[in-house]
Amino acid sequence: MQKTFDRKKFISQNSIWLVLIALIVIVSLFQPKFLSVTNMITLLSGEAVRGIMAFGMMFCICSRGIDLSVGASAALVAAVSASLVQNADYANRLLSFGPLPAPLVILAALLFGALIGAAYGALIAYTKIPPFIATLGTQLICRACAKLYTDRPVSKLSEAYRFLGKGKIGGFPMIIIVFIIMYALAAFLLTQTRFGKNVFAIGGNDQAARVAGINVERTIVGVYAWSAFCAAVGAILLAGRAGSADPANTGLSYELDAVAAATIGGTSHTGGICRVSGVLCGILILGVINNGLVMLKVDDNMTNIVKGIIIIGSVVLDMRKNARKK
Amino acid sequence: MSQEYILEMTDIVKEFPGVRALKGVQLKVRPGRVHTLMGENGAGKSTLMKCLIGIHPPTSGRIVYDGREVCFKNTHEALNAGISMIHQELSPVPERSVAENLWLGRVPVKGIRVDHKKMREDSFKLFKSLGLDVNPDEKMGNLTVAKMQMVEIAKAVSYDSKIVIMDEPTSSLTETEVEHLFRIIEDLKKKNVAVIYISHKMDEIFRISDDITVFRDGEYVCTDAAKNLTVDKLITLMVGREVTEMFPKVECPIGETILKVENLSAGRAVKNVSFELHRGEILGMAGLVGAGRTETAETIFGLRTKTGGKIYKDGVELNIRSPEDAIKNGIALLTEDRRGKGIVGLLSITDNTTIASLKDYGFPLNHNKMRADTEDYVAKLNTKTPSIATQIQNLSGGNQQKVLVGRSLLTNPDILIVDEPTRGIDVGAKAEIHALISKLAGEGKGIIMISSEMPEVMGMSDRIVVMHEGVMTAILDRKDFSSELILEYATSDIPCDPDVPPTDPGR
Repeated sequence: MQKTFDRKKFISQNSIWLVLIALIVIVSLFQPKFLSVTNMITLLSGEAVRGIMAFGMMFCICSRGIDLSVGASAALVAAVSASLVQNADYANRLLSFGPLPAPLVILAALLFGALIGAAYGALIAYTKIPPFIATLGTQLICRACAKLYTDRPVSKLSEAYRFLGKGKIGGFPMIIIVFIIMYALAAFLLTQTRFGKNVFAIGGNDQAARVAGINVERTIVGVYAWSAFCAAVGAILLAGRAGSADPANTGLSYELDAVAAATIGGTSHTGGICRVSGVLCGILILGVINNGLVMLKVDDNMTNIVKGIIIIGSVVLDMRKNARKK
Repeated sequence: MSQEYILEMTDIVKEFPGVRALKGVQLKVRPGRVHTLMGENGAGKSTLMKCLIGIHPPTSGRIVYDGREVCFKNTHEALNAGISMIHQELSPVPERSVAENLWLGRVPVKGIRVDHKKMREDSFKLFKSLGLDVNPDEKMGNLTVAKMQMVEIAKAVSYDSKIVIMDEPTSSLTETEVEHLFRIIEDLKKKNVAVIYISHKMDEIFRISDDITVFRDGEYVCTDAAKNLTVDKLITLMVGREVTEMFPKVECPIGETILKVENLSAGRAVKNVSFELHRGEILGMAGLVGAGRTETAETIFGLRTKTGGKIYKDGVELNIRSPEDAIKNGIALLTEDRRGKGIVGLLSITDNTTIASLKDYGFPLNHNKMRADTEDYVAKLNTKTPSIATQIQNLSGGNQQKVLVGRSLLTNPDILIVDEPTRGIDVGAKAEIHALISKLAGEGKGIIMISSEMPEVMGMSDRIVVMHEGVMTAILDRKDFSSELILEYATSDIPCDPDVPPTDPGR
């Protein structure tokens, strides 16, 4: 009696991990090469940027918001930072001065990203505009600013700048290492700091959070600064990996993949519930679908149908789980 | 068998995953009588009613209604069979008209078109028959909470039910409306309708009940005619032990002034309120709904914008602009709106306890210390919970309140403002919270206690501030306390001068 109860609980708490395992088993049955080390590295490298953005997005969703401008702000950060590191011998470079030191440019780019996020975070926190609308607006603005800054892709970037995006340490891609670092950072912020606790409280009941002495506005600014910071990390990885930053296409519609990963990972859109490990699982599920179904030569449209079903299914499951508790 | 009872529920068992909420209880209701259900929070009163009207069908048991055995699967079936319920929590559609709210789910139609004319006329007729002064065309959201509750009551009555269930219907009503409700109940009785009444307010219960059934911890205790019972007897039955003292006021020395409020104003809600609070003092705040007491507390706590006046603590003027500032300055608030502004339901007891003091736990947060402090307060306040990792929404109201008290105390305040500290809390927990408030005053803290329960505010306070529509109308000393006097001031329009001893406003 006691045992069956535990098993049910285990299954309901870890249902998305079971979905992931099932997907992996199915795909690898039809295509044994799927599980090869090379393919796993390809898969992770491909999902790293979206994953990092999802680690930012989950904070927004957990505080009952959303950030639709991560893709666009990534494009802006990528374009601006790439223009600072174009090789000196490249005739068509955007700026007249030579490549600046990469570590400096990267730090500045991350700061720039965080500032963009803090700006629209402040807009949301102090004017109380719904985050959906506010970030829809900033998405258009950021994308347009990137295109105004340069009307063509910024390419021929210095190798030092590209190291994070395409470099390797002992054969292991840096992009995956950055992904792991961002995972750890997100988990630390969420569970080990006041900021993380405040995000949960605001998402769970913002009025109660205010009465408990939490500075709700400042926390919201922090949430969007973190989300845009994650986008900036993604921007540097994208530009480094591709070797160029395209103002029109870099990060295009990445925000939706980030929302999808966070949602599949059990982040509640009614606020107050999220787990970094869950979001990781969400990213991996999307990765297995993207990579695995391509390997199986499944039609692109079918792949999207599977994605759609999993997104909807995961929310239905979560809602039923939470409803049962009431 | 017999038509003596309109409703007979026997051996009702209700199990939720992991909990046995009802352990084979019974309830027998006669038509044309007011049958009150009593018991502490979590005793199973509301659950039993939810079993009856099909929100949570019972796990086992027998329900005989109007001579036949029934088991309603949803509220719709119950309504059609003639059982309507006024819920404790309102669920209005604030953007639509009163009439639309009233006929929600059964809008009169002509063909496929909504018959707006009939809807309005029926609403007028209904309100007139109940003597209610509400305009059916008004937007629901524009009504006061009390008026909304009256509309809800009208709605339940309009089904022409044989049984009307009222779950704490008076919690947001003013005195006049309570009287009105009682007249409606009398009318229902004349029409041979049975009323099942759930309330914690003893005076109400003894005024209107014919029969009383007591539950304790999901078990049936007894049923008796109200005239055979007394308050003390009832409390003993509910708690299962004798609660010796309801208001354990401990006389303790009153120290120097800790908080001074001068001409405090907040828009139209609070107008020129001035008073002093001393160490070791419990300052009561009495008044009717809308008197501005909660608003005064919220202004002091920085939750509401101050539009005038000054606040001093220990002689130093404070500039409080947010709850954060207030907590930093040693002021804590226990809110009246426990669900809305108090608990974060999804989070654990630990998180809810430590949320206001996170800065004391360092970087990264010291989770061991957080858990230790929480365990400490759970033990000190005698909070009943399976574990400190339990989500607070799974606790009963009284235990949630204890967690919130723990949260306030953890910020180590010198001044504690408690707003309706025992609203909706069962008798046992109530006495514990009263004892705790007295103890804190004894430790030299200054306490402001807002309460709408006359015996509570009179039993606990050293002095009482009386307010009416944002204006302070009196400060009374303990020797002058009487419910008549307080009520008189609570309806008086004359502001009091804090330097002049109060005079009787009637003369």
